[in-house]
Amino acid sequence: MDQAVVAKDITRSDLLEMYYFLRLTRCVEDRITALYRQGRIVGGVYTSHGMEAISVGYASALKPDDVIAPFHRDMGAFLIRGFSPGEIIAQYLGKKGGPTKGKDGNVHMGDLKRGMIGFVSHLADNMPVAAGAALAFRIRGESRVAFAGTGDGGTSRGDFHEAMNFAAVRKLPVVFFCTNNQYAYSTPVRYQMAITDVVERAKAYGMPGEIVDGNDVAAVYLASKGAIAKARAGAGPTFLEFKTMRMHGHSEHDAAKYVPRELLEAWKAKDPILKAEQLLTQLGYVDESYFHEIGERVKKEVEAGTESAEQSPLPEGPDTLVGVFATEGEVQP
Amino acid sequence: MTTGTASQEVTYVEAISQALDEEMSRDKRVFLMGEDIGAYGGAFKVTEGFLTKFGEWRVLDTPLSESGFVGAAIGAAMMGLRPVVEMQFADFISCAFDQITEVAAKNHYRWGAAVPMVIRAPFGGGVHGGPFHSECPEGWFFHSPGLKIVAPSTPYDAKGLLKAAIRDPNPVLYFEHKFLYRRIKATLPQEDYIVPIGKADVKRTGRDITLITYGAMVHLALEAAELLSQDGIDLEVVDLRTLIPLDKKTIYASVRKTSKAILLHEDNKTGGIGAEISALLVEDCFDCLDGPILRIAPPDTPVPFSTPLEEFFLPKVSDIVAGAKKLGAY
Repeated sequence: MDQAVVAKDITRSDLLEMYYFLRLTRCVEDRITALYRQGRIVGGVYTSHGMEAISVGYASALKPDDVIAPFHRDMGAFLIRGFSPGEIIAQYLGKKGGPTKGKDGNVHMGDLKRGMIGFVSHLADNMPVAAGAALAFRIRGESRVAFAGTGDGGTSRGDFHEAMNFAAVRKLPVVFFCTNNQYAYSTPVRYQMAITDVVERAKAYGMPGEIVDGNDVAAVYLASKGAIAKARAGAGPTFLEFKTMRMHGHSEHDAAKYVPRELLEAWKAKDPILKAEQLLTQLGYVDESYFHEIGERVKKEVEAGTESAEQSPLPEGPDTLVGVFATEGEVQP
Repeated sequence: MTTGTASQEVTYVEAISQALDEEMSRDKRVFLMGEDIGAYGGAFKVTEGFLTKFGEWRVLDTPLSESGFVGAAIGAAMMGLRPVVEMQFADFISCAFDQITEVAAKNHYRWGAAVPMVIRAPFGGGVHGGPFHSECPEGWFFHSPGLKIVAPSTPYDAKGLLKAAIRDPNPVLYFEHKFLYRRIKATLPQEDYIVPIGKADVKRTGRDITLITYGAMVHLALEAAELLSQDGIDLEVVDLRTLIPLDKKTIYASVRKTSKAILLHEDNKTGGIGAEISALLVEDCFDCLDGPILRIAPPDTPVPFSTPLEEFFLPKVSDIVAGAKKLGAY
């Protein structure tokens, strides 16, 4: 991202805050991966390693009462919305202190009070749901926006297309994105679609689309901000394709031998944290010691979070039976 | 508007329209989505005149996109609205199966998000609809925790259950029987009322055999009961009205009284609701049973189109009479 544009359009404090969340996201997920390798986490672990700029960038561009239906590699969005490392690690450990109290695992967490719609494994399922949230905002005349995404593979699903179409027809205040990290589990984009750029899909719905460097937090932030402003102004939905690379396997159990090593090497040089540090240095905002300081800060926070998650009790077997149905008091006002 | 005033006799379909109209007037959070429900008023004219009365943001014609608009209803419901979605035919609900069973049904259990929405699904045969316009898909959802399912058999229940469904904080599947739409009429109370979800209704009291059913089959059962009374068999007809949560109390009380049970439904026999109730009766009321539990249901085929085929497929009064006589012999 051109540093003159960044200097003009992003405040120093916003950029520094995004840098902090990039580091916190990486640190939380590295800890989760370590816990998984120690056999402490049962079930899947899907990280945003090397893709942190996407969720950190877009979530930073939203207002607090906007709603996010995240992709499953959007840990940054949870942290920005106030999910603490302790809560998040408790979720991965299946503890009562996690947002789902052990009912669901890993990144399948949500909280309407913090504007986070719980992720569903069936990719793209939450895209029509986000369109519906935007529909509610439109019906009530509220100045709120929904922000929802899926991966390159998810854009093959009907729900992706049904959501794009419905939102475009009704000009709903929603922004859709695709994290194009080039692989859906082991399947490369070329077996997923006959086009090179996912953004092409938007044209069919009469929706503007944009390709964004998904490893550049400033680029993600500014593109999201523009699309959000348009949605808020009543100009309808936008589709953003964030180009990036999945640097780990689909889940931590997956060594991803199907990904050419040289591809990973090439993308390593474009690491989003590295890029953000280069940008901050070029802008003269901070120096190396600041990066070290933030590194120490997030390490401490994740340490404390891990401790609190360890202390959180496991749910009791009969808790299984609680919560199939909602009661009247739980409905959103 | 097709809705009559409350003091006149109304048909089953008019009762549904009245419930929607009254709930939309009472609660501005209630809005409608579906195919052709706006200017056209819906394939069965349930929402005729609603577009003019409530405007295009409360009566939304959707793209032909069941999964998309059910998903959108889930999102709107989580944001505090009360969407009522119309499936043009219950058969098309299969396109939205994933949204209903994976998203709507599980959201509250997984992460505490209530999804107060209603899906209206015109179901059932006897209308020459063929394999794609006659299905009874309730069994698919009966097996999915997190959903409530209702299926009224009378105009009174149709109106009261729809109102209760709209006011419920959970996703409710409302199966309305197409065959009954314009075939039955009733005078409804003038005042606002609901039929609580989870309460069965004994539509006919009897001593000898309990027949448990729902939807259009209730009327078949009542007809059979009259014939059987001439043969000295006194049939009790339990109309489930709600399939989930099942009113076990009413079912068990009736079976404990008669000691014999017939399950009747229009959905296919295998894995149907009758099979589940039969298993419950064996588990919980075995000590009082004086005979086998009978199921009367269509064969395990799609609903065929041609008149003799559809007549063969659907349960008949004579099937109930024969079943009751067989059971009466125990």
